[in-house]
Amino acid sequence: MLLKATQVAIERGDRKLLSCVDLSVAGGEIWQLVGANGVGKTSLLRGLAGVARLGVTGVILHGSTFLYLGHASALKLGLSAVDNLRWHPASDVTASTSQICESLAAVNLAGYEYRPVGALSAGQQRRVALARLLLSDAPLWLLDEPFTALDVAGCEWLEACVRDHVNAGGAAVFTSHQPSRFGVLQQDLDLGQYVV
Amino acid sequence: MSSDRPLLSLRTVFLRQFLRHGRSIMTSPADVANPLLFFFMVITLFPLGLGPDPARLATLAPGILWVVALLASLMVSAKLFASDFEDGSLEQLALAPYPLAVTALAEVSAHWLATGFLLALVSPLFGLMLGLPEGGLLTLLVSLLLGTICLTIIGALGSALTVNIRRGGLLLSLLIIPLNVPVLIFGTTAVREAVLGGNPESWLALLGGLALGSLVVVPLAIGAALRVSLDS
Repeated sequence: MLLKATQVAIERGDRKLLSCVDLSVAGGEIWQLVGANGVGKTSLLRGLAGVARLGVTGVILHGSTFLYLGHASALKLGLSAVDNLRWHPASDVTASTSQICESLAAVNLAGYEYRPVGALSAGQQRRVALARLLLSDAPLWLLDEPFTALDVAGCEWLEACVRDHVNAGGAAVFTSHQPSRFGVLQQDLDLGQYVV
Repeated sequence: MSSDRPLLSLRTVFLRQFLRHGRSIMTSPADVANPLLFFFMVITLFPLGLGPDPARLATLAPGILWVVALLASLMVSAKLFASDFEDGSLEQLALAPYPLAVTALAEVSAHWLATGFLLALVSPLFGLMLGLPEGGLLTLLVSLLLGTICLTIIGALGSALTVNIRRGGLLLSLLIIPLNVPVLIFGTTAVREAVLGGNPESWLALLGGLALGSLVVVPLAIGAALRVSLDS
């Protein structure tokens, strides 16, 4: 079991968003959190990751290390893509420059390695952030709207990347408004049923 | 899919964060020049306002130099964690399996090198501009080196506490100006003693003690404050 959440309730400020959410994620599973805007997808994911602890009640157990990718991509705009990945504050591996360049090539950013990230477009910045997926060996991925700002090819790459990860025994939990991209592989957690 | 790999050493993590913050400061030289320029401009304005009497300027110089340095430091340390909070670096730092106190100290160190350290290095020049007697120049440099460590780290604590508050500047000033008062008193007294031919060492020792003490204790408080700020 990579993640087990039991009876989780989410509050934001003085407003109750969700209650009694149960979710258990094992290796090989893809979970999509679905629900209307404002229902609490991001808040739940932040709660599951442990970023926000205030207003989150219930039991959340992590069975492994995990990688969390939020709305904000934690990139320093003045730094190059390579430096951003090399010195990423949450990475727990030291990647070599050649590994980083390989991962950037995989997200179709070959030639942009040493440009300041601030000079890249929103979609390219998103790709830099997603290149972290290739540099980490965390079994569980928590991805908040990973498909935002990506073009068609980028979405397909990400989809393949998640499939590979899951086939290798990993798991992913993500939020998205796009209808199920992974077909039978994925399970939906409709947050509408938990709204208070 | 292994997750039983050992964690990175704290030294590696410290160095990584130091380089990341240091390099990203260096990409915006205007931010580094800003406090120095402020320091320079205010120091040039004082003789214009007070009149060009060297004797009077010399007696006021220790206080003026220290107060302006304090304000310059306050101005920049207020923004220390702001960009990290906005771009999501802070939440990634909080998720990393390393103590926030260590990573925050790394950022504060890089920040101090780019602001307080430079400020202290150029201060003898500004001392000369105000007619500070030569006996006080070295003491001014040393007192500012030690003092800006305290000012920066206290400012960082204020920044950590107010980082999630929109327009937290006023609150920040209220929080940290009282904490800066002892530093200011020790610093100006040391310089004044040196000018009068007294014994500045004991005051410098007090400042050094404050700097070392705050380096040990305050990062823990900064780490806790950052977590509180992220939670809400």
